[in-house]
Amino acid sequence: MTNILLFVVLPYACMAIFLIGSIYRYVNKGFTVSSISSQFLEGKKLFWASQPFHWGLFFLFFGHLIAFLFPRAVLAWNGQPIRLLILEVASFAFGLCAFIGVILLVLRRLTTKRVQMVTSKMDIVVFLVLLTQIVSGLLVAYYNRWGSSWFAAFLTPYLKSVFVFNPQIDAIASVNSIWLKVHVISAFSLIGLIPFTRFIHFLVYPVDYLWRSYQQVIWNWDRRNIRTSRFWKRGVPFKNN
Amino acid sequence: MDIRSQVCMVFHLDKCIGCHTCSIACKNIWTDRKGAEYMWWNNVETKPGTGYPTKWENQDIYKGGWEKNGDTVSLKGAGKFKGLKNIFHNPHMPVLDDYYEPWTYKYEDLFTAPEGDDQPTARPISLVTGEHMDVQAGPNWDDDMGGSPDYARQDVNLVKLSAAEQESMFQLERMTFHYLPRICNHCLNPACVASCPSGALYKRGEDGIVLINQERCRAWRMCVTACPYKKSYYNWNTGKSEKCVLCYPRLESGQAPACFHSCVGRIRYLGVMLYDADKIEPAASVSEDQLVDAQMDIYLDPFDPEVIRQARLNGIADSTITSAQNSPVYKFVKIWKLALPLHPEFRTLPNLFYVPALLPTMATVSNGVYDSTSQSLWNGVESNRLPMKYLASLFSAGNTGKIVDVMKRLMAVRLHRRGVTVGDLNSAEISTAMNEVHMDADTANAIFRLTALATFDERFVIPPAHREESIEMLEATGDVKGNTGFGFKETPARGL
Repeated sequence: MTNILLFVVLPYACMAIFLIGSIYRYVNKGFTVSSISSQFLEGKKLFWASQPFHWGLFFLFFGHLIAFLFPRAVLAWNGQPIRLLILEVASFAFGLCAFIGVILLVLRRLTTKRVQMVTSKMDIVVFLVLLTQIVSGLLVAYYNRWGSSWFAAFLTPYLKSVFVFNPQIDAIASVNSIWLKVHVISAFSLIGLIPFTRFIHFLVYPVDYLWRSYQQVIWNWDRRNIRTSRFWKRGVPFKNN
Repeated sequence: MDIRSQVCMVFHLDKCIGCHTCSIACKNIWTDRKGAEYMWWNNVETKPGTGYPTKWENQDIYKGGWEKNGDTVSLKGAGKFKGLKNIFHNPHMPVLDDYYEPWTYKYEDLFTAPEGDDQPTARPISLVTGEHMDVQAGPNWDDDMGGSPDYARQDVNLVKLSAAEQESMFQLERMTFHYLPRICNHCLNPACVASCPSGALYKRGEDGIVLINQERCRAWRMCVTACPYKKSYYNWNTGKSEKCVLCYPRLESGQAPACFHSCVGRIRYLGVMLYDADKIEPAASVSEDQLVDAQMDIYLDPFDPEVIRQARLNGIADSTITSAQNSPVYKFVKIWKLALPLHPEFRTLPNLFYVPALLPTMATVSNGVYDSTSQSLWNGVESNRLPMKYLASLFSAGNTGKIVDVMKRLMAVRLHRRGVTVGDLNSAEISTAMNEVHMDADTANAIFRLTALATFDERFVIPPAHREESIEMLEATGDVKGNTGFGFKETPARGL
C-alpha cells in the first residue's frame, strides 16, 4: 500500500501538478516567472556556489535523461570496465559539485543579511528537497556502485511503466536500497514543486537566444504593412527584426 | 533605405546648474518603490568624477557596450556564447555596493528617545536589510567634486591625459567642473537589447524608445552588464530589470518626460529625427575617430523630398515628419553641429546629445590674474583649463578636432551676441570668429534664441503618438479608456 502511494500516486500527482501548475503560472502569473537572482545583493560568494551547483546539476540532469531514454546505448558504452569507470567517476564528480554548490548556497543565504531579505519560505523547501535529492544520489552512487549499469534492470522498467500509464512497481519495490527509494521519491516531489518555487526558472532557460537576431524592434502596429499591403488582410501586428 | 523615426534628446551642459530637480522628478514618479530605491534612471554627475555607479565608464571593469570585430561589432561582455556561459554567475555585473546601499532614517527615535543629556538622533537604517548602517556612499557622493582625491582623480577620462595635464586640472586656481545629467540614451544599436537572453528588451518601432517587458524578464542580468552607460538596473525585490522608459505614457499623450518638463535650467530639448536603419551596423563599425561623423550620417534631412517619400512608404505619419522638420534636436545636432553623443566609442549610437560646456573652459589665469578679455577667450579654446582631450574623451571618442569645432561655434555665437547686446567688441574680431566657423548672423541669432529664450513648445516638439490608431488594433478602446502606461494585469510581486 505504501509502495503504491509512493511510487504510483505520488508520481502521477506530482506530474499533474507540474503540468497544470507550470502552465497556469506562466500564463496567469507571468510576472513571477523569473530566476530572481540575488547576485546583485551578494556577488562574490555566489560565484563559488552557483557555478558548481548549476553546472553539476546541468550534467547530471542530461546524464539521467540519456540513461532513461537510451539505456541500451549506455549499457553498450559500459561494456568495457574502463569506460564504466570513467562514466561513474565523472557522474560522482558532478554530484559532488552540485553537493558542494548547494551547501555553499545554503551557507551564503544563512550568513548574508541582504540575501536573507529576499529569501522566501519556498526557498527553504527548495534547499531541503535539493539536499535530499543530491545526498541520496551520492549515497546510492557510493553504496550501490555501477548504477549506470544496474539502473536498466531496476529503474528503467519502472519509469517507463509510469510514463506509459501502466505503472509496474515490482522492480522498484524490491530494491533494498532505501537511498534509491528516497532518490526517486524526492525526484518526483521536486517535479511537483516546480510551479510553486523558483525551480520554474529552468523551464524558461533562454535557448531561443541562440537563433534570435541581436536587435529586436517591435511595432505596436506595423503601419508600413498597413499602408503598402495590396491585400484586404492587414499586416501582422508584430514585426521582429 | 529603411527610414524610421527616433525620439532624440539634447542636453545643453552650459545651462545645467546641477540642481538634481530632474532626478527627483523621475524618482518620485518611477523609482520610489521597494527594490528600486537605489535606482536613478535620471542622475546628474559631476565631471571630473567617477559617477554612478562608481567608475561606470571603465569598460575594463564592467565590459559594457560593443567592440569592433572586423567589419562589424560584437558585444564586449555579453552575447550568445558569453551570455549563456555566464548565466549562472555574471562576472562583470555591478552589485549593490557599486551603486550605494539605500537608506532612510529612524525618525521615530527623535520622539521616543528617553530624556537625557544628548540630543536624540535619527540613525540611518538600510532600506534593504532594515538594520542600522554606516553610510558609505550615495548617488551623488562626489557631487561638486567632493572627496576629489578618491573620486575626481579616479575619472577614467583622465587616463589619456599626461600627468602634467592631469595635475594642472586639480590646481586650485584652475580647478573646474561641470555637470553631466544622464538618462537612458535609447540607442540605435542598444547593447542591452542585444544582450537579453530572454528577449525581454526591445526597441519600440514607432519612436525608438527602448523598453523592458517585465513579463518576459527572467533576471538573467545581462542587460545590466551590457549597457555601457549602466542605465539598466536590477530590481532586487521583484527580480526584474528596469530602466528609463522616457516617460512614454507622458510622451504618448503629448507631454514632455518628467525630467525634461521639470528642468530648472531648461537645458533639455526633445524631438524626433528620421534615420536610416540600414546604416546602423556600418556606422557602429567604423574606426574610433570617425564614429561621430558616421553616426551623424545616419540621421536624415527631413526636408529632403526623397527622404519624405521614403518615410511615407515606411508608414511614418505626416505629423511625425512635420515634427522632425521642427525638431530642436535636428537643429542642434545636424544643422548647427553643436551637440555630440556621450562616449560614442561604446558603439551603441546613443540618441542623447550634449552641447559641451563652454563656460568652465573660458577664462585662463596667467600670473595670478584672472584673464577674461575676448582675445584670450578666443585663443583660450584650445589651451584651456579644462583640456580638450578630456572633453574629447567624453564626447567624441578622443577626436579633439570635433570638440574644438563645437567650442569655436559656441564662442562665435557668444561673440556675436556680445556685439549685438553690449557692443564693446571689435567688429573685425567678431567677423573673424564667425567666418572661421562659416556662421552667419541669422544662424547665430537662431542658436541664441533656441539656447536662451526657447519656449516650452520650441524645446519639446513631440509628435502625436497616434495611439488612437495603434491601440485599436490591440485592445477594445472602451476597456482602456482613461488609462495610460503599463496596463499591468497583475500585481508586480516577487516570484517564489
